[in-house]
Amino acid sequence: MKIMSEEKMINLKIDNKDVSVPEGTTILEAARKVNIDIPTLCFLKEINEVGDCRMCITEVEGRRGFATSCIQKVEEGMVVHTNSPAVIEARRTILDLILSNHHRDCLTCVRNGNCELQSLAQKLNMTDIRYDGVKNEYEIDELSPSIVRDFNKCILCRRCVATCKKVQKIGAIDTTQRGFSSCISTVGNNSLNDVNCTFCGQCIENCPTGALHEKESIEEVWKKLKDPDTYVVVQTAPAVRVALGEEFGMPIGTNVTGKMVNALKCLGFDKVFDTNTGADFTIMEEGTEFVKRFKENDNLPMITSCSPGWVKYIEMNYPENLKHLSSCKSPHEMFGALIKTYYAEKENIDPDKIYVVSVMPCIAKKFERQREEMKENGLYDVDAVLTTRELARMIKSANIEFTELEDEAFDDPMGEATGAGAIFGVTGGVMEAALRSVSEILTGKELEKIDFEEVRGQTGIKRATIKIGDNEIKVVVAHGLGNAQTIMEEIKQGKADYQFVEIMACPGGCIMGGGQPIKSSKTRMTVDVRKKRADAMYTIDEKSKIRKSHENPVLQKIYQDYLGEPGGHKAHEILHTHYTEREKYRI
Amino acid sequence: MEEKNIQEEGYCCNCMDKKLEKELDEILEKYTNSKDNLIQILNEVQIKYGYIPQIAQRKISEYLGIPMAEIYGVITFYSRFTLKPKGKYAISVCLGTACFVKGSEKIMERLKQRLNISEGETTPDGKFSIDATRCVGACGIAPVFTVNGEVYGKATVKKLDEVLDSLQ
Amino acid sequence: MNTVLENIRKIREEKRQELDIRVNSQVGTKEKHILVCHGTGCTSSKSPKIIENFRKIIEEKNIENVRVIQTGCFGLCAKGPIVIIRPEDTFYAMVKPEDCEEIIQSHIIEGKPVERLLCKDIDGTVVQKLDDLTFYKKQKRIALKNCGKIDPEQIDEYIAFDGYKALEKVLLEMTPEEVIEEVEKSGLRGRGGAGFPTGKKWRLTRDVEGDQKYVVCNADEGDPGAFMDRSILEGDPHSVVESMIIAGYAIGANQGYIYVRAEYPIAVQRFGVAIKQAREYGLLGKNIFGTDFSFDIEIRLGAGAFVCGEETALLESIEGKRGQPRVKPPYPANSGLWGKPTLINNVETYANITRIILNGAEWYSSIGTENSKGTKVFALGGNVVNVGLVEVPMGTTLREIVYDIGGGIPNGRGFKAAQTGGPSGGCIPAEHLDTPIDYESLKAIGSMMGSGGLIVMDDTKCMVNLAKFYLSFTVDESCGKCTPCRIGTKRMLELLEKITSGNGDKEDLEKLEELANSIPKTAVCGLGQSAPNPVLSTLKYFRQEYLEHVNEKVCKTGECKALAKIQIDEEKCRGCGMCKRNCPVEAISGEPGKKHHIDEAKCIKCATCISVCPFHAIG
Repeated sequence: MKIMSEEKMINLKIDNKDVSVPEGTTILEAARKVNIDIPTLCFLKEINEVGDCRMCITEVEGRRGFATSCIQKVEEGMVVHTNSPAVIEARRTILDLILSNHHRDCLTCVRNGNCELQSLAQKLNMTDIRYDGVKNEYEIDELSPSIVRDFNKCILCRRCVATCKKVQKIGAIDTTQRGFSSCISTVGNNSLNDVNCTFCGQCIENCPTGALHEKESIEEVWKKLKDPDTYVVVQTAPAVRVALGEEFGMPIGTNVTGKMVNALKCLGFDKVFDTNTGADFTIMEEGTEFVKRFKENDNLPMITSCSPGWVKYIEMNYPENLKHLSSCKSPHEMFGALIKTYYAEKENIDPDKIYVVSVMPCIAKKFERQREEMKENGLYDVDAVLTTRELARMIKSANIEFTELEDEAFDDPMGEATGAGAIFGVTGGVMEAALRSVSEILTGKELEKIDFEEVRGQTGIKRATIKIGDNEIKVVVAHGLGNAQTIMEEIKQGKADYQFVEIMACPGGCIMGGGQPIKSSKTRMTVDVRKKRADAMYTIDEKSKIRKSHENPVLQKIYQDYLGEPGGHKAHEILHTHYTEREKYRI
Repeated sequence: MEEKNIQEEGYCCNCMDKKLEKELDEILEKYTNSKDNLIQILNEVQIKYGYIPQIAQRKISEYLGIPMAEIYGVITFYSRFTLKPKGKYAISVCLGTACFVKGSEKIMERLKQRLNISEGETTPDGKFSIDATRCVGACGIAPVFTVNGEVYGKATVKKLDEVLDSLQ
Repeated sequence: MNTVLENIRKIREEKRQELDIRVNSQVGTKEKHILVCHGTGCTSSKSPKIIENFRKIIEEKNIENVRVIQTGCFGLCAKGPIVIIRPEDTFYAMVKPEDCEEIIQSHIIEGKPVERLLCKDIDGTVVQKLDDLTFYKKQKRIALKNCGKIDPEQIDEYIAFDGYKALEKVLLEMTPEEVIEEVEKSGLRGRGGAGFPTGKKWRLTRDVEGDQKYVVCNADEGDPGAFMDRSILEGDPHSVVESMIIAGYAIGANQGYIYVRAEYPIAVQRFGVAIKQAREYGLLGKNIFGTDFSFDIEIRLGAGAFVCGEETALLESIEGKRGQPRVKPPYPANSGLWGKPTLINNVETYANITRIILNGAEWYSSIGTENSKGTKVFALGGNVVNVGLVEVPMGTTLREIVYDIGGGIPNGRGFKAAQTGGPSGGCIPAEHLDTPIDYESLKAIGSMMGSGGLIVMDDTKCMVNLAKFYLSFTVDESCGKCTPCRIGTKRMLELLEKITSGNGDKEDLEKLEELANSIPKTAVCGLGQSAPNPVLSTLKYFRQEYLEHVNEKVCKTGECKALAKIQIDEEKCRGCGMCKRNCPVEAISGEPGKKHHIDEAKCIKCATCISVCPFHAIG
């Protein structure tokens, strides 16, 4: 690797500003370094650098035709004009053409106000569509429990395709047909529900328009909130609180736990609980399961199972390796199950009347919720899953001034959580939380240092050897399904020499989940969203009074009063599940 | 409808699938599992069956490790690949420039009118299908149309009618 | 000496003597060679049956010293199937399978040419020999040198006519640098359309560092109406194989790919045979001629996508993907197949290489114009008498090609325009007929060389309709990757449809022009960038026709049905009945010898009558 000082610097002029950037920089990157904005649509840093949409064209003196600034590398002495009248005219023509084939129902669009196409139209002062013509008409695919595809709003930027294929290595969607009929679709234009989609939702996060969005559950939740006979309980996942504020213009990585709880109460939920507590249960169960499997050398490595996109992935792609999965339900499912059993019993509420809503950074949770295995006495553990974005929409509809809200605390008795539960939402967090408890369970001694830095950070696959007492445990943390595939291939080929694996379907973990606030391509290029959200998570952990799951008094009490031993019979009944082989293509 | 062509040979669904799978395996065996063989394999399947059966897409996907969506994307990109069987008589009218200048549009119009289907479609009885083709390289005898690959040159509406009548 | 080399030299010497009959009409031999064209055109009109019949009759009659040879295209496709008998060089046109008996009996056995099958020249005179035809007189065959002369499936015949001699020279006597210098000096430019200097391309690819490089031959000849490359592959595949090996040596590649349209089954098969034979002879494979240079070629089939003729789309397709072009730069010379430095030339370009090596750059550059050297092959088609393949020195005028070689416009019609460059090119009006054809001059008049399709249009053609035809082609063939091409060309087509259906107004024409000027600047690849050319060039030379469509709602040719007013000029009509007989809907009435009338209610405005009327009385 080259170090900075050895990098060859290239000098050029962009809009009369002198710019000096390392060799290999694109015109777009160079321009943004000096605060010159070049509009883009298809560009997605390191994921989709293809030059398809043509918005980023610029003029380079002495060159025939325009330069594609997202691809074109800078050259010594280059003179670039990013906003000459010719460029602006050409850009407006391109945008006009895109809009001419776009269903312009902006007012009722889910992305109204947060649409890259809309803001460009505004920026380029598109007051009229000059080249209007025939539009493509597509049926909306809303058969899946997680994703709605509305290709009437697709602008063929292919960011979703690149994300699905290159980052997640799934390839559920691709460009099909050609020319004006080109369309992002699945094999045979089947619903996402019937193909190899894992519902990770990364495509949504990268869609500049409203062509891809989550299957909304807002209406159902409103309905239940209105119903006086229903006891509506809400729980919020760890990652929601560090991102929700962004939907209200707060800086990325702001922890809004208190305001969020207040808002939920304003919305009329009967109880507001913290999924972090559920995460603590998961650690207790998963930790216990691991210790047992480790001691008995039973189907190692053991792999975490709290990411439902990941679970669907392994069920479809590596069914012969399902035995490696932990049998633990994911935190919100465990928690939902406990609300409808322990809490219902304790509060003497008919579980039938309880409606559990999970606010999640994830859309695969919508799929997970309706799995038949996620039922207790005929009742689903969780009745509705809202994404972070959906919650923001509800708060806005209720006319709540979110930023002005006072902080409020989660409701007792299931609102107490540890720092270990908090970091569940970031890659490496489950592993770290588990290691804190596993270490102490295995050795019976208190840890001197509870931060496991080796499993933190943004590296796609993190490998570490952890010494616990006399034992050495080799662990692997992978995030993003592309990286998960690498690990699964190792396991399949018998090359895995590790015992414990954490996998999260989304790159970065739940903080970057498919249900989180959508950031524009430009923000993603200029701001390290992942790091900011992750830092906020670790800050919550640091500031927590209790930072190890097994020390959570709520847990201790519930195990004592109701569940019995971690990993025991009742715990298994309520908190564990099983997996089944799933066909990749049901067509 | 889609699997019709193969069914016609008198196999029940199960045997047919097995027979098809075996044949597909034989085709796949000829190629390494390198991804760049996709188009070559599809060409062979298209020629053998007159279309790309879904089961072939699935098998190729497994063999080459390419998601089915991508294979579908490739099939729908190239005009030689079709997802539905062509008619017993696959008629293509050349709409290349030389043929166009010599009036091949009229041949196409007549054909569509006679068979009451559009380009890319097959008659309900499975007998005829129409395609437009771009230059078969027989510009010297333009305009041309082909029936199952056989070229009919210096075509006229009358000649087309005669050919169609003989195929009825 | 290397045994492979020794063997090739031996074949060359022996076979050359044996085949002298093909080039020397004075050769004193009892032997006769019946050459039958086996190109796609003639094959479509049953030339394989002709070959079969000849062979059968010869066997039945036990005739000795007569060989029947299947050859590549002779060029004069309009007169196909073509049979030539050597050494006397007798040229038989439009031969039918049932004519074989007579040819054998009369010509071979009795020594009397079959008069009725002899070809007539433009002026109606009967021509005995191929070389006497006006069609061939202005031609100069370099790329097509072996087409129609040798059996393309016999490597020995190729070797006999200096085949693989250039390779021998290159591998044994020249450094890669010298090879590139020679190609540079020759002035050869890419025959695929854009005309990039070939030697420069070779040098660029050679200069890029890389352990793995590739040589690619673009044989995805997609321009409708162009079939030059197909004819070369069908008639002389080894010339491409040999040149690809030379290119490999020059740039430092040991693997070649040829990407051929699957629509060209004969070309694919012949090229496959050629590769196989070359391998058997040790001309492809490891350590060619005992040197440390190795090279092999694989065939890749296209699957029906015009855009794959664009070099980066072609690379994507070879890699097994959708043929969507890549944004350039980087150019294939830097990052081509699987990201490796790759040289891409088209078939005709390669077909020139061996002659440049053997005859020298100086010889080659003496042909042609200042900036465009050598010859160019055109596929002459449309409303012209001698439809076929012609190879002329650069600088030949359009008029010479259309009138002298092509024999002018049939049916006594007038010349309206010639279209070069296919869907990327433009229409050239009569006023530019005397332009000497080369890369620059064609560009200057709003067209382009393209791969070599040359379609002649007579005065019954509507230029607005023609622009619509090309646009609909582009819309069909657009890969859909970039916005301007995907949506922009569609909008242009919609505007043209509006105009040709009588619903267009002045603003539509303005919009059409705006888009036509914008798309070339913003589209990713050559297909999109050049898509508006047919519109731009017709607007430039035939604006009046557009205005008539828009302002007067009239299409004078009647091709735009909604705007057609088809009437019979009573003064010109002689009552021959041609229109009546050809009307598909029986809308024309009239007694023989008397004025005819069109029943407007029945007329579907197909314009058939206009084109068949011998007196130009309908319009």
